[in-house]
Amino acid sequence: MVSIGIDIGSTSSKTAVLDEDRHIITRSVIPTGWSSTDTAALIKSQLEKLGHAPGENPVVATGYGRVAVPYADKTVTEISCHAAGAYYLFHYPKMTVIDIGGQDTKIINIEDGILADFAMNDKCSAGTGRFLEVMANTLGLSPNELCTLAAEGGGTSISSMCTVFAESEVISLIGKGENKENIAFAVVDSIVRKVCTQARRLIGSGKLCLTGGLCEVPTILEALSRELKKEVESCPDARYAGAIGAALAAAKLR
Amino acid sequence: MDYHKMWQDLGMDVETHDTLCSVLPTAIGDVFTSQENRPKAMAFWDMVISEVHGIRPAELVEAKKQGRKVVGTFCLYVPDEIVIAANGIVTGLCGGSQFWVPSGEEVLPKNTCSLIKASVGARLSRTCPFFRLADLYVGETTCDGKKKAYEILAEDVPMYIIDVPQMKRPQDIAHYKDEIRLFARKIEEITGNKITPEKLHEAIVICNNRRKAMARVYEARKSTVAPISGRDAILMTQIAFFDDPVRCAEQCNKLADELEDRIAKGISSAKPNDKRILLTGTPVAVPNWKMHQIVETSGGIIVCEEMCTGSRYFEHLVDENAKTEDEMLEALAQRYMKNNCACFTPNGGRIDDILRYCEEYKVDGVIDCNLQFCNLYDTEKRSVSRALKEAGIPCLSIETDYTDNDAEQLRTRVGAFIEMLDSRSQR
Repeated sequence: MVSIGIDIGSTSSKTAVLDEDRHIITRSVIPTGWSSTDTAALIKSQLEKLGHAPGENPVVATGYGRVAVPYADKTVTEISCHAAGAYYLFHYPKMTVIDIGGQDTKIINIEDGILADFAMNDKCSAGTGRFLEVMANTLGLSPNELCTLAAEGGGTSISSMCTVFAESEVISLIGKGENKENIAFAVVDSIVRKVCTQARRLIGSGKLCLTGGLCEVPTILEALSRELKKEVESCPDARYAGAIGAALAAAKLR
Repeated sequence: MDYHKMWQDLGMDVETHDTLCSVLPTAIGDVFTSQENRPKAMAFWDMVISEVHGIRPAELVEAKKQGRKVVGTFCLYVPDEIVIAANGIVTGLCGGSQFWVPSGEEVLPKNTCSLIKASVGARLSRTCPFFRLADLYVGETTCDGKKKAYEILAEDVPMYIIDVPQMKRPQDIAHYKDEIRLFARKIEEITGNKITPEKLHEAIVICNNRRKAMARVYEARKSTVAPISGRDAILMTQIAFFDDPVRCAEQCNKLADELEDRIAKGISSAKPNDKRILLTGTPVAVPNWKMHQIVETSGGIIVCEEMCTGSRYFEHLVDENAKTEDEMLEALAQRYMKNNCACFTPNGGRIDDILRYCEEYKVDGVIDCNLQFCNLYDTEKRSVSRALKEAGIPCLSIETDYTDNDAEQLRTRVGAFIEMLDSRSQR
């Protein structure tokens, strides 16, 4: 029997399957689209094709769409799942996890290997993946292209923290003929500064790790490390941290 | 019973008010009557809340016909005793719903808290009977938002302001005592009744009895049996601001009797693994049940509120041994200055209260929740969470408003907090 974790995020949905020894057998990511319910159904059929049918194997759902997974045996919040998943991946008993998600950014403290404290952004999309997405759209780029371009830019900043106002700032920068790479730099810089302000309230003496969709973007990791004056680590599987944490919770149901 | 005639006579916007009344039954059903295993004595509060703009306003209309005066207040630093001693009636005012916020926003800056916006909006939109009934509105100099809002209200209603100090040095308490004296003269003028030492003593006893009765209910909440939900308890506290103080004490005592019996029999309103939560921060006015509802449908039970709609309302009695008016004013000033609102500096007493309650109420975790734009409570969050951290008590800080659009985000945070408390308790 395997254990399955499903993380329905606002932008993408991640699935992780663990074997009986809690090793990762498979993991996948698909866009959430506009219907979490349809996404959950698609994930179910994919799992069945792989021979990991929900119903025969325990399923835990997490993420903002966790209630839209009718076949889940249990739901657990993404904060607990990210904590468990990050501890599984990085294995530092004491660490601070920075998760830049689609619609919120979470700062999670782990002590003695378990969730000890956390903070989330309040009613605002500044410093989230959504902010990056909106700005990338305005510049006619994908979020990844924007981050790559940002490495070549500098010297410009966006002062507004609000996504709506920041977007009009970006538009006026475009109007002034500012270089695209400089605007890209300003966008990344704005997110990083906002995330770091939030993170500094919780950061202690432990290691720093980044999870979420931006975990493989060097520009973001470098900017976070520079701003926090401490190395921020990540790994390719860190985008699945929530799903892995959910699968670990599912393993307890076996 | 149909109260439309009364509302019309009070000059209310009946049509808009009907919209407000139409959503209340669903809210009451979701939050209160759907709960299992409630104390039977809650029937009184269920009745009052279901006709919250009917039953009590009708009583006030009758009292006014007999020449009694109604005084509307916004804050615990306005002593009820003075008004009661002059045969006046104190009432709380509406301010706990998003329904009134847009009307408030027409005259107030957008970065004003929901409580202030809703209070002003309730008056200006003519959809709160209490705001139509009062002969005098008594404000106070607590936070800047309220001070300035009272200036706007004063354009529309008779306002009187009590100067509440910002510190608690002896000279501040002496000044506050003088302010209570001036307030007494104002109330004598409005009611036409002299406040004699005998009358003031009686009023002090009436208010102390209400405090004692409410304290009994909170005492029962300390039991690990959890004989009452936080939702039911907060409803009792919220209604206390509007009810006749003698009847309030009777009903609270009746509820406390039942809760003591439930404790003896082990009858609980909570599920076995529910985490015991202390809620602290900005007050929750009727019908703001947002955090209570989220916590109690996410595996928690609120066992105490360290806030104005909570422990501050009933803790500490006024010394009943005072004989002269001056001694009584001193006793009142001493009692009210024991309340630890974030408008004071420094305000270490609030931290002491929170830590003490954590022990007394056997709390698993604290949720420190303030309304957005309440700078005072927001700033104090830092010292609250630091003190709790040092004491080894988990704390979740939350900022919210009256809208429902952050409900799912809050549910995630509260859910994660309770999962965290759970994993701690399993170690």
